Amino acid sequence: MDRIFNAEFALGHMNYWLFVILMMTGLYIVVARGNLLKKIVGLNLFQVAVFMLYISMGKVSGGTAPILIDNPNQLYSNPLPHVLILTAIVVGIATTSLGLALIVRINETYGTIEEDEVLEIDHQMHADEVAKVEKLKPAKLDAS
Amino acid sequence: MLSFVSAHSPLLAIVIPLISAPLCMLFGNRTVAFTISTLAVAASFALSIYLLWWVKDGTVLSYHIGGWAPPLGIEYRVDTANAFVLLIVSAMGLLTLPYARTSITDEIDENHHTLFYACYMLCFTGLMGVTITGDAFNVFVFLEISSLSTYVLVALGAKKDKRALSAAYDYLVLGTIGATFFVIGLGFIYMATGTLNMVDLSQRLPAISDSRTVRAGFALIVIGMGLKVAVYPLHRWLPGAYTYSPSAVSVFLASTATKVALYVIIRFMFSVYSARFGFEAVTFQYVILPLALVAMFGASFVAVYQINLKRMLAYSSVSQIGYMLLGLSLLNVEGVSGAFVHMFNHAMTKGALFMAVGAIVFRTGSAMLPNMAGLGKQMPWTSAAIVIGGLSLIGVPSSAGFVSKWVLMSAAFERDWWLIAFLIVGSSLIAVVYVWRVIEVLYLQQPNKDVVVKEAPLSLLVPTWILIITTLWFGLHADFAIGFATTAAENLIQGGFGGKEVIILGVESR
Repeated sequence: MDRIFNAEFALGHMNYWLFVILMMTGLYIVVARGNLLKKIVGLNLFQVAVFMLYISMGKVSGGTAPILIDNPNQLYSNPLPHVLILTAIVVGIATTSLGLALIVRINETYGTIEEDEVLEIDHQMHADEVAKVEKLKPAKLDAS
Repeated sequence: MLSFVSAHSPLLAIVIPLISAPLCMLFGNRTVAFTISTLAVAASFALSIYLLWWVKDGTVLSYHIGGWAPPLGIEYRVDTANAFVLLIVSAMGLLTLPYARTSITDEIDENHHTLFYACYMLCFTGLMGVTITGDAFNVFVFLEISSLSTYVLVALGAKKDKRALSAAYDYLVLGTIGATFFVIGLGFIYMATGTLNMVDLSQRLPAISDSRTVRAGFALIVIGMGLKVAVYPLHRWLPGAYTYSPSAVSVFLASTATKVALYVIIRFMFSVYSARFGFEAVTFQYVILPLALVAMFGASFVAVYQINLKRMLAYSSVSQIGYMLLGLSLLNVEGVSGAFVHMFNHAMTKGALFMAVGAIVFRTGSAMLPNMAGLGKQMPWTSAAIVIGGLSLIGVPSSAGFVSKWVLMSAAFERDWWLIAFLIVGSSLIAVVYVWRVIEVLYLQQPNKDVVVKEAPLSLLVPTWILIITTLWFGLHADFAIGFATTAAENLIQGGFGGKEVIILGVESR
């Protein structure tokens, strides 16, 4: 930590840099894009980045795939993060497919998948609802 | 048989509802699906009572799944804190089901009813699993089981109001971001410690509590879970999801989902990480406490101006979550037990209120406040339930809400934070305003039309009134909730997973 920029450290953690870039790209798409479909793609990217983080942390330098063949002393990578990420992949697929299914339904009922237009329809529906009940103008009981 | 059930009770409480979900789908008949899910939730409820009775004195149960000893194997760990939350979840799950059977008849297409029960059971399983597990990654897995089924349940409201779809979509995006932050946080603490078992983590973290990885992990876990809890600035998904989902789903979500996520935050903040870590005390004082206060006032103010009753209750939920966080950030036994008591009382109160509003929606088809003018005469029992629930929300003496606010205030006095105690009262005064608005519409206004609105059917009224009566009962008999909450809080404040004695279960199965 004596140098301000440690090239060896920076390059040695290449996976983690890529993880950060991929994650932030995904998160940015979720926040910045108005198209619901693109948002889901961004969300998926965001989740995939986490897979990369876990796989990277399981790597043991010089280790092979954690499959026991004949030499029990062989150096192998930590299999636990791999297993964890299998679960997370399943969760990611479920989330993406559910999100896509919702988009299909939104497209059917709203006729659009642009967030601005969906929001506008939502607001319009709310305004209509309020206008409808405001017309009722209930009388006070004690006034009658 | 009995000894088998007893020895495997922590596992059975999760596995029975889990298996019932595919069974509901297999039979494909809604009456059978209803029967199966009710039986499964009832079994889960009985086991939760049994577990709570077992651990009430501070005993800890450690169930080794498949006989694999932790930290390698997955462990279910039951102590007073989570047995209490298990009871809340399973009791609300059991009361919501008979209510749901009637309320979904006009909210969901008939051929989707079995799907509703299957999703409901998965959601229930997920929430119970999050609560009972002692393995950090297992929390994520169960959390996603419950979240994914919740998104579906919210979207099922689309038959009545298409806004349910966009609400479900918002919830899906924000919920997934929250869960992913949580996993990244877990990854960081796994990197630092090499373990995912919570007990193991709590033993290894103190030595490296200065590490930046551990602190970043903490931040990610708290923010990720904060999204699920709907901590004030992260609550954007909540009003939509509660407003447009089917009534029964609003009831179940409002009374359990945020409570379970809050329990996870408590578990991680007090047991896995310890409140003694310097950075955590700072987080509580400078982040959580101000946010809790903003939630108590800001969300209550917003609630006052809502014209949709369900949305008003949703904003009130955000403000009530503020009370629970406030209790935690006091960092003393009273405060934490206050948070637990408020969790319990708020689950009952909000559950009852959403049930009563659901009954009005069932009869009139709308949750808009002006539509309810004069319903006090036409639906006397439902309206009375709303009044009593509202009083408990305010915290009027002899209602459950009073007990928790009392505990929270005495906790604030114990810390000599007088201002905080006054703010608790101040925020309750805003609750008076929004509850009064409803009472005024129900009782002091002329009915809109000549249309006669009938009282809600008994299948909706009975669950509502069971909750209202328990609200009053626990308002007068506060010892039950406070007793468990204090035992739980004492263990949590100590940090780690200490308990009186640890009973190991599930080993003989191997």
